[in-house]
Amino acid sequence: MNQPGRLKGPGLGSLVLIAVVVGGSAAAFAYTAGWLSPGRLTPERMIAALTPPSGAPLGHRRNHAKGICFTGAFEANGNGVELSRAKVFVQGRYPVLGRFNLGTADPNAVDATVRVRGMGLQISAADGEEWRMAMINPPFFAVSTPQAFHDLLVASGKKDPEAMKAFSQANPEFAAFAAWAKAAPWTGSYAEEPYNSLDSFVFVDAKGDERVVRWSLRPAAERIPVSQADLEKAGPDVLEQEIEERIRTAGPQRWTMVTTVAEPGDPTADPSRAWPEERRAVQVGTLVVQRIEPERDGPCRDINFDPTVLPQGIRVSDDPFPAARSSVYRRSYDLRAAEAKDYPRTEAVQQ
Amino acid sequence: MTDAPRRFALIQRLVHWFMAACIFAMLFIGAGMVSTVAPKYLPLVLIHKTLGVALLALVLIRLALRLYYGAPPLPADLPWSMKLGARLSHQLLYGLMIVMPLLGLGMLWAAAYPVILYGGIQIPALLSQSDGVHTLLWNAHFYLGFTFFALVLLHLAAALFHALIRRDGVFGTISLLPSRDRMTPVE
Repeated sequence: MNQPGRLKGPGLGSLVLIAVVVGGSAAAFAYTAGWLSPGRLTPERMIAALTPPSGAPLGHRRNHAKGICFTGAFEANGNGVELSRAKVFVQGRYPVLGRFNLGTADPNAVDATVRVRGMGLQISAADGEEWRMAMINPPFFAVSTPQAFHDLLVASGKKDPEAMKAFSQANPEFAAFAAWAKAAPWTGSYAEEPYNSLDSFVFVDAKGDERVVRWSLRPAAERIPVSQADLEKAGPDVLEQEIEERIRTAGPQRWTMVTTVAEPGDPTADPSRAWPEERRAVQVGTLVVQRIEPERDGPCRDINFDPTVLPQGIRVSDDPFPAARSSVYRRSYDLRAAEAKDYPRTEAVQQ
Repeated sequence: MTDAPRRFALIQRLVHWFMAACIFAMLFIGAGMVSTVAPKYLPLVLIHKTLGVALLALVLIRLALRLYYGAPPLPADLPWSMKLGARLSHQLLYGLMIVMPLLGLGMLWAAAYPVILYGGIQIPALLSQSDGVHTLLWNAHFYLGFTFFALVLLHLAAALFHALIRRDGVFGTISLLPSRDRMTPVE
């Protein structure tokens, strides 16, 4: 007769079974968390690759670390409604919050040393729905995949010149970007730069029809080339001083938002490849930048310009970058929020 | 005093096993999503947020069921240390089921992220952006996540211990299988 509470027989098989179930679950968890896969591209590895030898920019974004806030409005002309049912395309004026920035992990970089300039932007609809984006001024991205971007960061951080050569051989798409970086004229102002999504997204209209698009913010300001040497002479923070001064004296600065619609066969998953010039382009509105504020305690500081924060009517496409950027930006945000004391909100506290 | 129930009510058992599967999935999704930059990152985060909010609603229903139906007693011959362990671990599991979704929501709010669930459902923010609050809630959500997984494993091990080694009927109280005869009350 069974007696509850007493071990039946040796029970060894049962103990082994319990150990296998618990141990197997723990191992599966460890695998899922990436602890058993050192080769997996994690946000931590991407951030490690972004980190300069001098150390992480504590309290700052891990890339595009130098920047300045702005506020203003997006004036939708209504043309976007046929492409997407996002509320911000309905004719009207929507508040924006943004950030001009430099593509560097050094918040104290000299402006004339940074080739890539960027804009983070958040447009808010009346009901609080948000559209966030992070754009840069090159006409196409440097590489085809997040893994290649990681490899580029690692190779360019090495002293060995062979490292970049090997990288370029393995990632031939990089040649076009290298040529742009070398030859494209510099300007002396954030206001004279275009800002391009580069990544593609899917616009969904009111009927549910979908189109893959990219967009650009094209500057109203005339583009005046300057030499890199002249820019350097103007001082390490010339771009921040210039945009503040320009808006103070010349008034709000404008960009036209142009949405380009892909056709079947266009490389929607590869931001390193531009689409043919003749693709249909729709002007959907105007960005008006009205006020500049320092980042330290400015409104853009608290915002992660995660390009996957999208309103109804816009979603991600087969482009792998927005997901990768979202994952890495979130880690960057978590880190810099935890390090807020290293970047005090008032200058005085810093002393 | 009415007789204590012999088993958990069917609805309690169904909710238990459904939540068990969801919580197990949540823990794996959480660990997996923060360790990848692949395109699956976005659907994993969306599932994690949506399921998390659903589980918060479910645990409230579950608590109400527990208050209404009660729980069968542990075997009288179970050592007091095991009874204490069972009591504490269940209280901790309930606590984590309630607190984990709240921490998750709170850390998103404190980071000024819009919380959008599957189907475009947007949860309004109840906290404003704060580096300090975000960091506190993020750390709590992160470390309690591992605690939760460890407790789930302990719970699983204890369940198997009762089912396979002690064979004391404790597992039968929550099992979805028909109860065995030896659990029939003697009265």
